[in-house]
Amino acid sequence: MAVELAHYLLLSAVLFGIGVMGVLTRKNLIIILMCVELMLNAVNLSFVALARHALNQEAQVIVFFVLCVAAAEVAVGLAILISVWRKRGTMNIDALSALRG
Amino acid sequence: MLDLLYLIPLFPLLGVVLNTFVLRGQPEKLVGSVAAAMVGASFVVAIGGFIQLLGMPAESRHFEQELFRWIVVGNFAAQASFLADQLSMIMMLVVTGVSFLIHVYSIGYMHGDEGFRKFFIYLNLFVFFMLLLVMGSNYLVMFVGWEGVGLCSYLLIGFWYTDELKASAGKKAFIMNRIGDFGFLLAIFLIWTTFGTINFREIAPMAQAYPIGAGVITAICLLLFMGATGKSAQLPLYTWLPDAMAGPTPVSALIHAATMVTAGVYMVVRSNFLFTLSPIAMDVVAWVGALTALFAATIGLVQTDIKKVLAYSTVSQLGFMFLACGVGAYTAAIFHLMTHAFFKGLLFLGSGSVIHGMSDEQDIRLMGGLKSKMPTTYWTFLVGTLAIAGIPGLAGFFSKDEILWKTFESHNYVLWAIGATAAFCTAFYMFRLLYLTFFGKFRGSKSQEHHVHESPKLMTIPLIVLAVFSIIGGYVGVPHALGGSNPFHTWLLPLISETTGAHGGTHHGVPTAEYVLMVVSVVIALLGILLARSWYLGKSPTVEALGKSSAQRLLYNKYWVDQIYDTMISQPLVKLSELFAKYIDIGTVDGAVNGVGSTLSGLGGVVRKIQTGVTQNYAVMMSLGVVLLLSAILWTVLG
Repeated sequence: MAVELAHYLLLSAVLFGIGVMGVLTRKNLIIILMCVELMLNAVNLSFVALARHALNQEAQVIVFFVLCVAAAEVAVGLAILISVWRKRGTMNIDALSALRG
Repeated sequence: MLDLLYLIPLFPLLGVVLNTFVLRGQPEKLVGSVAAAMVGASFVVAIGGFIQLLGMPAESRHFEQELFRWIVVGNFAAQASFLADQLSMIMMLVVTGVSFLIHVYSIGYMHGDEGFRKFFIYLNLFVFFMLLLVMGSNYLVMFVGWEGVGLCSYLLIGFWYTDELKASAGKKAFIMNRIGDFGFLLAIFLIWTTFGTINFREIAPMAQAYPIGAGVITAICLLLFMGATGKSAQLPLYTWLPDAMAGPTPVSALIHAATMVTAGVYMVVRSNFLFTLSPIAMDVVAWVGALTALFAATIGLVQTDIKKVLAYSTVSQLGFMFLACGVGAYTAAIFHLMTHAFFKGLLFLGSGSVIHGMSDEQDIRLMGGLKSKMPTTYWTFLVGTLAIAGIPGLAGFFSKDEILWKTFESHNYVLWAIGATAAFCTAFYMFRLLYLTFFGKFRGSKSQEHHVHESPKLMTIPLIVLAVFSIIGGYVGVPHALGGSNPFHTWLLPLISETTGAHGGTHHGVPTAEYVLMVVSVVIALLGILLARSWYLGKSPTVEALGKSSAQRLLYNKYWVDQIYDTMISQPLVKLSELFAKYIDIGTVDGAVNGVGSTLSGLGGVVRKIQTGVTQNYAVMMSLGVVLLLSAILWTVLG
């Protein structure tokens, strides 16, 4: 069975769904951050697959942008996580509810 | 000289500016001299204008000077313009002349007061507004002056504002005047809606088109007169004037005797073309005037404060002027206004000299025997007293007699009787004051007796000048019956509307009745003097001896009018405001505002629960939103 576009997109959707569920349900900040990365890469996968299908270069360029942004995001995100750890001594997102109305 | 009319009010205003900004920290002599010189300059210009007016033919003796168009809204127009005619010219001369003397006197009287410069600024400002009042050629300019003098009166009554009694006397004057001003303002509105103009000279011919007794004219006149009762201290708004004596004595002389309080009389005479059309308003004016004359004179009989006696005397004399207006004798009213300015100014300045010499003592029970210690003050005071009592040959005789005669001539015999009784009281209380102050033994303390001295030249010279005017001032109005030609009456006559015909310069045959009345009023005055003489001369009444019987207590407490006003008007107003504060303000207004606030706050309390602070809840909301949006889009695209 040949691997078609639909398969790639399906995989991408599944990965994205896992990422979303991880962000919404997990309590550990590091896991949440990893799930965000997972979502980004799921999107990257769909971009690449669609670019191959449409013989289009531009979508691949966007993937590079996404990778760059993701790298920056990880750098900033981890820095924030370290300061949260220093300040609160926990990685549990439920403990960080200072914005409660 | 009339081209320079604008200079007359400008000089005192210049004095205000100079003393406020330029002469800060300069010596008293300079400050006082500049202020007095400015008023003196106005007086000189006024004399020049008067001479020019004399040279014109009698029917065209008027000069209107428009400075600028002041208010133009729709078809309403008010010019800032001055009018010099027979009436305003007399007022200008009286105001500037008497003010000048009082300014000079004040340099001596206010010597050493820490508010010296402030006093002269207020005094100059007062003269400026008073001149606006008498020179304005329409009701609105007059109203500006009217309000301005009210303001200066307030400032000067409360001049020594650290004394709470004096400060509240100032407030009382201001509020009482406000009640009258309300009527005056309504009258101006009504004049404009009726005639379409507020200029005196334009209204006069228009008013002739109205029948005698027209309702709208009566309404205007009554409202105007309401303003006059406030400013000129007539029943029922007179109570502020006796309290106004809290101010420095020159202020009492200038504002509360000679000039400002006569503004109401001036305004009524100025509006004579309206008043003559309304018999009802005329009756009201005459009756209020006569009753005030008697009412205030009786209170004056027993007062023990030298300035209070003179204050009630002023209220009473103003009543005489309104009585004259009410019976159509407008020229007699202005004549009495002028002579009163001389002798009442003199009497007040004389009382100031006494108070000065007595180290600020004002109680006549503690005076006595000052005749030899203050000779100049005594002799000038005697002249003023004789003039106000109506002794023949002095100014007050001619003017008061003319008022009583005109009242009698217009067949108002009851009013004449009231006026004659008031004249009797006047003679009595003035000589009581004279005997208690200057005759008998000295009743004050030892240190006061040691200190008593005649006042300095700066104070006695104005006294002498005013005394001279109190004697000769009456000879411009010697009646025909006494062989005079009454030039004062002739001078004013072109301005006086002749509709009622109850007055005029014509005399038929031998004026027997006039002679009889003249003798009667002289006899009345002499009786008053003799009664005062037998009761007070040579006696040394103790403090306790004055004010024993219930009648005396009633008079001494001024018929309890102040208390009645307090119980009937002030207290209910206070109670009403308390009710309003409690139920309307706190209950309704505050309740509504707080209600809105707490409703929103409660709503917020419900909605803020969404804001959990847990990031994942927000993420769930966001995801749900995305799902919903996507579903909607897909629904429309596919469906």
